[in-house]
Amino acid sequence: MIIEFITRKMIPFIQLYALYVVAHGDLGPGGGFQGGVIFGTSIILYIIVFGMEKGKRLLPLKITDFLGSLGVLIYAGVGILCIVFGGEYLEYTKLPFKNPHLAAHLGIFAIETGVAITVSAVMVVFIFDIARKKDV
Amino acid sequence: MIVYIILIPLVTAIIIPLFGFINKKLPFYVTLLSAFTNFILVIRTAKKIFSYGTERYFFGGFEAPFGIEYVVDGLNSIILIIISFMFFIITVYSKRSLEKEIENRRLPLFYALYTLFYTGILGIVITGDIFNLYVFIEIASLSSYTLIAMGQKRNALMASYNYLILGTIGATFILIGIGYLFMATGSLNMADIKLRIVPLYHSKMVRTAFAFLTLGLMLKLALFPLHVWLPNAYSYAPSAMGALLAATGTKVSAYALIRILYSVFTIEFDMKIIPFNQIFLLISLVAILAGSTLALAQTNLKKMLAYSSIGQIGYITLGISLSNATSLQGSVLHIFNHSLMKGGLFLIAGGIFYKLNIENIYDMKGISKRMPYSMAFFVILTLSMIGMPFTVGFLSKWYLILGAIEVGRYFVIPIIVISSLLSLIYLWRLVEISFNSDVDKKEISEMPVSMMVPVIIISLLTVFLGVFSDIPISLSREAVKIILGS
Amino acid sequence: MSDFILSKFNYWASILLMMIGMYGMIAKKNLIKKIIGMNIFQVSVFLFYISMGKVKGGTAPIFWEKAVIYDNPIPHVLILTAIVVSISTTAVALSIIIRIYNCFRTVEENKILETLANDENQSGNNQ
Repeated sequence: MIIEFITRKMIPFIQLYALYVVAHGDLGPGGGFQGGVIFGTSIILYIIVFGMEKGKRLLPLKITDFLGSLGVLIYAGVGILCIVFGGEYLEYTKLPFKNPHLAAHLGIFAIETGVAITVSAVMVVFIFDIARKKDV
Repeated sequence: MIVYIILIPLVTAIIIPLFGFINKKLPFYVTLLSAFTNFILVIRTAKKIFSYGTERYFFGGFEAPFGIEYVVDGLNSIILIIISFMFFIITVYSKRSLEKEIENRRLPLFYALYTLFYTGILGIVITGDIFNLYVFIEIASLSSYTLIAMGQKRNALMASYNYLILGTIGATFILIGIGYLFMATGSLNMADIKLRIVPLYHSKMVRTAFAFLTLGLMLKLALFPLHVWLPNAYSYAPSAMGALLAATGTKVSAYALIRILYSVFTIEFDMKIIPFNQIFLLISLVAILAGSTLALAQTNLKKMLAYSSIGQIGYITLGISLSNATSLQGSVLHIFNHSLMKGGLFLIAGGIFYKLNIENIYDMKGISKRMPYSMAFFVILTLSMIGMPFTVGFLSKWYLILGAIEVGRYFVIPIIVISSLLSLIYLWRLVEISFNSDVDKKEISEMPVSMMVPVIIISLLTVFLGVFSDIPISLSREAVKIILGS
Repeated sequence: MSDFILSKFNYWASILLMMIGMYGMIAKKNLIKKIIGMNIFQVSVFLFYISMGKVKGGTAPIFWEKAVIYDNPIPHVLILTAIVVSISTTAVALSIIIRIYNCFRTVEENKILETLANDENQSGNNQ
């Protein structure tokens, strides 16, 4: 009872902290991978406290598989977008924003978001896999 | 642009699971399409290299010593051609062969990891940055651990676990070597390190870096004392994956070794400052003899071919250790040939397992009545493995012997001859058992056509490239010019 | 002598961890203990890299107005990538161990090898 209550209150703060870590990847410690791990940990906490059934209803396995692929697609997609605008792969300065500095910041932020989505999805899939009861 | 060679398989590997949600058969066609596109792209890039020279590509617009660059030159293009060709052929083979070995709902995941392995090995060959080399080695290794664990028998899991532990030790040693090189020069670009490291040749830091790098790569290459993971990993994997690993896995590590020895450290370092070449020569000779002898003792067909691979890797490193132009040409030719021949042999072994469900050699009595065409192509590939003239296997052995004579190491020649005779014994043993005529006549039950066509193409190529031999010879001569000239 | 040990303290720590990790990987029979050994082995390499990146009098490589000289940021970036690789390897290894447990019902290496040897003998007898 107490554990469930505290978990319900804590999870939004953990997720907010994860987003904070992802967004400050440029100028401070943090970045896509670290933020993704923290986000994934919040969902693992939910699954541990409330049980596998509620976890599976929250994030069915198909959606997590799809999210895992989506993150890497965002990464590769930003790179290809840079080629479309006439530069090398992952050359952010050629993206059509006001100045190259802003374009570099936004490009790196998009990539970090993609990495965070993939990493959190992979952590959720992993715990679903480990906690299964029999060999399927 | 050469970045598409890596981008196409990478994006394909990501979207295959999405296609797998729609239909379980669709991933095969997507993989086939991307393999074919990549093969055409590699051939066009190779043609451009031979007309215009080395091509470079900088990531993110950052120039050479600061950013990551991809380099395709003469040495890369021959390895790229053989890898993409073998991947395409084995993908065609894999459609029917996997039906028996992997459950239907896991097929999209298999093809996704398969394409990711392809991305990894292409990345190892193309990259010109030494830390990027480590990342791609790990991408390829992780995909192969999972793919081997999908094999049918229980042994596949332990084989994959052993390969994981040993492979991680090797990769971590490579990482330590890269760390020492970075500490010495402050740069991670291969061409840049080569220029900066010259005044530091006598320092302990550079010598330790060399030791760790070569040791890690020798473990990935399965050179003799460090070969323990290879027989189990190749024989218990699914047939298509075993063939792909045998054809490409160790060859890209051999390529990485050639790059480190000749494009980061120069020959002067290899021969004078550390007597690396003498030690490597002895290890290669032991590997050749040990691999061929251990293969004689095996009764499982795939394990026999795996131990034979260990012997053939000794030939490649023999050429590297002799270090003159002719023997390096023989070594690059042997990378090309062995990939072709061993891939073909593993495909035939997988086909026999698919149709008749037998793996032990002594169970294959009289099999030529039921699978005449497969055994005919097996005979052609055996002749190429032992080095019969007019097949492509003859070219590499000829160049290796010539190179040994030029340097004056005459004791290499009887060892090459003895190991060719040993290869003859263990491969011809299967031919003789299978053409045994004591068995009554049974009807022909051959491999399905989509599995037979890759075998036919590979066998005909070994004869074709042996007769019209200037294609492999000129490709390898370009490669050696880059190795020794740069 | 004390100069030899104290001034190169970071290298000694790294080598000590590396040897502990290798001992765990090689000598222990439980599969999970081998994975723990592998992790310790890789952590020692990360320690080596980051200790190499320190510049005398430098502060952490984060942008700060009052900083005079920064540490070298490149080893930190390389180690981020290497940590991700290490975690992926551990994840794959643990998945394989789970399937081994479901198949063999044990994670001790000598018992697994016994079971596999019995499999070989039985299939040899059946032929």
